[in-house]
Amino acid sequence: MPLGTIWVFAEEAGSTPTPLSLELLRRARELAGDVAAFVAADPGPLAEALGAHGATTVYGTGDLAGKLPGAPVAAAMAAQIEAGPAPDAVFFGQTYQGRDVAARLSVALDQPVVTNNVAVDLDGDVLVVEEPVFGGTRNVRTAFRTDGVNLALFRPKSFEAEPSGGGPARAVVVAVPDVGAAGAATVTERHVEERSGPQLDSAAIVVSGGRGLGQAESYEMIERLAKVLGAAPGASRAIVDAGWVPYAYQVGQTGKVVKPSVYIAAGISGATQHLVGMKGSKNIIAINKDAEAPIFGIADLGIVGDVHKVLPQLIEALEARS
Amino acid sequence: MCVKQIPDPAVPGELDPSTNTLKRDDKLILDESDSYGVEMALQLVEAAGGGDVSLVSMTPRGETSGLRTALAMGASDAILVSDEALAGSDALGTAKVLAAAIGRLGPDLILTGTESSDGYTGTVPEQVAALLGLPSITFAKHIEIDGQTVKVQRQTEAGYDDVECPLPALVSVTAGVVEPRYPSFKGIMAAKKKPVEELTVADLGIDAAAVGQAGARQETVAVTDAEARQAGEVVTDEGDAFQRVVDYLAELKVI
Repeated sequence: MPLGTIWVFAEEAGSTPTPLSLELLRRARELAGDVAAFVAADPGPLAEALGAHGATTVYGTGDLAGKLPGAPVAAAMAAQIEAGPAPDAVFFGQTYQGRDVAARLSVALDQPVVTNNVAVDLDGDVLVVEEPVFGGTRNVRTAFRTDGVNLALFRPKSFEAEPSGGGPARAVVVAVPDVGAAGAATVTERHVEERSGPQLDSAAIVVSGGRGLGQAESYEMIERLAKVLGAAPGASRAIVDAGWVPYAYQVGQTGKVVKPSVYIAAGISGATQHLVGMKGSKNIIAINKDAEAPIFGIADLGIVGDVHKVLPQLIEALEARS
Repeated sequence: MCVKQIPDPAVPGELDPSTNTLKRDDKLILDESDSYGVEMALQLVEAAGGGDVSLVSMTPRGETSGLRTALAMGASDAILVSDEALAGSDALGTAKVLAAAIGRLGPDLILTGTESSDGYTGTVPEQVAALLGLPSITFAKHIEIDGQTVKVQRQTEAGYDDVECPLPALVSVTAGVVEPRYPSFKGIMAAKKKPVEELTVADLGIDAAAVGQAGARQETVAVTDAEARQAGEVVTDEGDAFQRVVDYLAELKVI
């Protein structure tokens, strides 16, 4: 039995909704009769794109003038929920902003929030979400046991976006209540790390490096291999923590979850928190000098060898072909 | 500094079959995510020329060894909310308890990790800030205190933002933000004498029904094994294994 209304906290890059937002809209409209979107931005420019994916209304706070969204957006959502009609659930993406807004909203509404989910179903009219635990070896299903608004966060690529053929949504600007000191955090400057080539979380091919590379300079082999394959370079948490590459490159439980056609893991042992981020890849190639490395347990093609020998040969052979 | 004591991540985790909650019966250690926060707190206090780092933690069963690790690093004292009623708490319940304990201390700055290494919910820091009515900056990879303002480099999907807010505030730190110090022998000995105030949920004026399994308002209804991937072909490199990769990529029509 479908729910009445689900809201999706949608995020945008410029005036385009993020892929994750569209994925959430798709799932939401399969579970509820009506779907609305809520954005921390001016709703007008996004009404068409969000409407095309099933939102009938887009609520927006308007530009926040540099304020961190968490407190102000949650307050605006809570006020709109209180004004009614309240949705049955709000879906958020597992993103920096999504986590902050959902957490603040959970306090404002005094409702639990369940995170890291990859699936959601209805059991009667109870929402049941599913998340992977223990490095992705087991899945836990959690049912909400509250009459209030259900708050759930979902990982990217849990669902597949699909346009609904809907027309532009009704755009509604909502006021942001004064939250006092809680809303004082302000962005003073944005730094975009220049990345050429495909985005890590949507690339068809990903080439990742780990501690087995030995030193920061050796990551250059990963960049070269990625370039010749038109792939996105990625990294294990170990080398991100060591400062060899920025956090944006990190694949894993606390980094990005990727599902490319091909994932090449070089010098990565396969700690469970890394596997969670990439075991959904269609084809996995692993290169590691340790035959016992856990990564070989899930690789379709495993090469037991020294990355410093195999990678340069591989790069040379591929560069010669292209 | 909020810290969590968790089961050793090197030991495979288990669920208690009767409640489907994470088993936390064996020795608990300081969550690695929190060692970065403790170190950051100690460095900020050193840079400011004075101040104390207090720890706040909660446990259903009186465990303190992880706290002693943080005290050995240099924290001065701890509040431990120790109460059976806390077993099975969800993030919101946890946040209510931590916020109440922190409220007793009146800190200038509250530091936390971004998420625990056993539960990974990742919302508690922001929920604590909300309950205390404080501004917060999450995912900090660099922190500086300038007078009464905290200035942070905050991780974003595209890179990072410079964010600031007035104190008092809460900041959650990412892994690798600093290199945690190893407790010295002197630190370990001193830690044994540092005060750990133990409080119950009732001491904080919190209704036991609002925390623990009862307060979580969610229920684990199923635990299933995930589909396991099988290992495929494994080749030992004798000097030309790279060719197998090239051929494989060609088979996949990737090149």
